[in-house]
Amino acid sequence: MNTVPARLDDRFRAAAAAGGLLDVAYDVVGSPVGDLFVAVSNRGLCAISYDADAERQIERLARGFGSRVLRSPRPIDPAKRQLDEYFEGKRQRFDLEVDLRLTRDFGRTVLEELGRVPFGEITTYGALAAKAGKPRAARAVGTIMNRNPIPIVLPCHRVVGANGSLVGYAGGLERKQTLLQLEGALLA
Amino acid sequence: MEPMRIPPFETFYAEQKDAVFAHLRRLLGAGAEDAFQETFLRALRAYPDLRHGRHLRAWVFTIATRVVIDEARRTRPRGELPEVAVEDGLPPHAELGPLTDGLPPKERAAVVLRYGFDLPYDEIAAALGSSEDAARQATSSGVRRLRERSKRS
Repeated sequence: MNTVPARLDDRFRAAAAAGGLLDVAYDVVGSPVGDLFVAVSNRGLCAISYDADAERQIERLARGFGSRVLRSPRPIDPAKRQLDEYFEGKRQRFDLEVDLRLTRDFGRTVLEELGRVPFGEITTYGALAAKAGKPRAARAVGTIMNRNPIPIVLPCHRVVGANGSLVGYAGGLERKQTLLQLEGALLA
Repeated sequence: MEPMRIPPFETFYAEQKDAVFAHLRRLLGAGAEDAFQETFLRALRAYPDLRHGRHLRAWVFTIATRVVIDEARRTRPRGELPEVAVEDGLPPHAELGPLTDGLPPKERAAVVLRYGFDLPYDEIAAALGSSEDAARQATSSGVRRLRERSKRS
């Protein structure tokens, strides 16, 4: 028997995180909208993705944050717990640091404004563009929403078209609808 | 040719962990678990300084061997490497384990790395924390000792 016992593997992954040796720790967690890839850096939550294919995600994170990317569940725990509470209807605000260091300028400003859109409310691409200081940049805001590195926690599902249509969602419109129904912003 | 890209640590770890664990089991038996964790923690610390992704197996094996040597020095300053766990279907490095039993730790490690794992002397030197010349010397004096021993028996 020469494969690494699971207990030893777990122990190493925990020790690596506890020793502060990781650029990014990640895990895949279950949710009512499917498996979520969740990653944290030493500065906070840095990625949530509906694409739970870890291999693709870690290549991208290693390029952006540094090569020491390792699956390690413990650092993810606070985010996982708050997501669980959100999906159970017990939490309306996320109390988590976010790491937006790979975004800049207008993109970052828009994501920061997005973080202030409250639970259960809906805004429009144009209104968000105006809040970020560029009222005519609704289209650019659409692109920024599409590339939102931390969906759900940065609630791009709460941003819809001026005529009230859902328009689009990186995780698919069905998920957008589910999240808005969960928040009571749409009739079920 | 472009140097091989360094993979995310997760990919490196997934590819190497079982081989490293098997290597440590051969050298340390039941004591392999602590050495395994220490090996990959050291690899994590050194990972940002890697220049390319070539020879990662040899790289992590030198770290593992270094961990074994450090451990042997710490626990038995003048003793030998611990008993080698012997298994069925032995690859060359496993056969070298019992064969080199009784050599001084540094010579034993050098012989096993050179003839069991086919590592070049610069990597053996890195594993032993010595110069390349010293690594050559440790290997050849280990081999000489084994020859003398086999003459006597």
